[in-house]
Amino acid sequence: MANYSTNEFKGGLKVMLDGDPCSIIENELVKPGKGQAFNRVKLRNLITGRVGERTFKSGDSLEGADVMELEMEYLYNDSEMWYFMKTDGSFEQYAVEKKALGETEKWLKEQVPYTVTLWNDNAIQISAPNFIELEVVETDPGLKGDTAQGGSKPATLSSGAVVRVPLFINEGEILKIDTRSGEYVSRA
Amino acid sequence: MTESWRPTATIETLRERARLLANVRHFFAARGVLEVETPVLGQGGSTDVHLVSLSTMARTDRGQRRLWLQTSPEFHMKRLLAAGSGPIFQLAKSFRDGEVGVRHNIEFTMLEWYRPGFTLPDLIDETTTLVANMLPSFHGPVVHYRYRQLFHTYLAVDPFTTSLEALRRLAAERGQMSTGAMVNEGRDTCLDLLMGLVIEPQLGRNELSVVVDYPASQAALARRHQDTDGEWVASRFELYLNGIELANGYDELTDAAEQRARFIKDNAERRCLGLPEVDVDERLLAALEHGMPDGVGVALGIDRLVQLVLGKARLEEVLAFSTPNC
Repeated sequence: MANYSTNEFKGGLKVMLDGDPCSIIENELVKPGKGQAFNRVKLRNLITGRVGERTFKSGDSLEGADVMELEMEYLYNDSEMWYFMKTDGSFEQYAVEKKALGETEKWLKEQVPYTVTLWNDNAIQISAPNFIELEVVETDPGLKGDTAQGGSKPATLSSGAVVRVPLFINEGEILKIDTRSGEYVSRA
Repeated sequence: MTESWRPTATIETLRERARLLANVRHFFAARGVLEVETPVLGQGGSTDVHLVSLSTMARTDRGQRRLWLQTSPEFHMKRLLAAGSGPIFQLAKSFRDGEVGVRHNIEFTMLEWYRPGFTLPDLIDETTTLVANMLPSFHGPVVHYRYRQLFHTYLAVDPFTTSLEALRRLAAERGQMSTGAMVNEGRDTCLDLLMGLVIEPQLGRNELSVVVDYPASQAALARRHQDTDGEWVASRFELYLNGIELANGYDELTDAAEQRARFIKDNAERRCLGLPEVDVDERLLAALEHGMPDGVGVALGIDRLVQLVLGKARLEEVLAFSTPNC
């Protein structure tokens, strides 16, 4: 991989730091009056998801990380590995470990495309689409006539996620959910 | 995708900018300081180890020559002073390669002025008066600090006497740097990091902060003197507002031999660091040998001042076109 110098550090650039692939979030030049310049860099560790800051001397460089994002459909799991397939027509499959799924595990639905981050061809992170349609498998019976406002109740979705839904929702209904906030949006 | 052709500043901001520059010209006209224009290109450049000069090849009357784009208009202006210009100011396009960020642009405008016969305190007064004039809504006081005092206050270390080992450790820790990142660095690099990262952001909060008595090793083109503790320090000041460095002033070095020695030392350090050497400005040295009147000078980043006055988050918002959009 190519090396990148501090002034090439831009938001989204993927670099290696302490053996882990990281994505650069922000890069700010710090230059006291007349002296040595430094770069204050905010990065996200793509393995742990943690965001941290580091200072580099301007002109220092980091090795690029072989990281790419691909769209893949979720297929199934055998409770040890989760399987995804490329949507480019190659039918190529990737086995993903639970830790790469993170929060996305509760938004998994077969045949839905997810964004898979690959590092050296290993899946290290799975991101759900912003909105997903899921079926209600368990909730208290819907209250008739309550379609306008008032309260909410928990509902368990087919993916296992539990979200707050309006009182009028019934089991078996398909709902549109915002995966970023985990909130109910509407009936699908 | 089509490249954006649009300005990085709004037309309204450019109107405000023009008004502020007119104020600057009025300020100096009222004080009898002559506006000058000097070349952006020079046969010599800045040897400063921490500045990266741009240069270009030109076909001159002496054949193909490397000409340097100025990092500030200092050298040409000092030649005018030696020729008897009296007090002068300039709004000068200057260039520093690689300096890109929310407060930096490779090409920027420097307001620089020189006051033969003034002392450093006179110049500090004039600089803070100018900045206060540009910011009519700002009523904070002007507060003076010594470099040493700031390190005691914010880091509980003495910049002159603390061991290099301890400074390296402190810099690496405060900078959240990789292990060993500072082990080969000198005193000034450690101090620069601590100043830039820890102290500067605290300066100029509801006040204009003036910092004096920098280490003698950071004198650049300023004289040196012994401070009240007997420590050799640079006869230099910096002005801060809202955590941003705005201006850097010197009691100007007028000794040609000392100036030559500093240029040569810079280029030696450049060789050690594997940086390209910069042609020494022989004409500046000749002017100093002829004799430049004692006096003081200051460089103020006018883009940054406009940015502060107009409350813009990014420097590019006060530039018609930032370098990435030029």
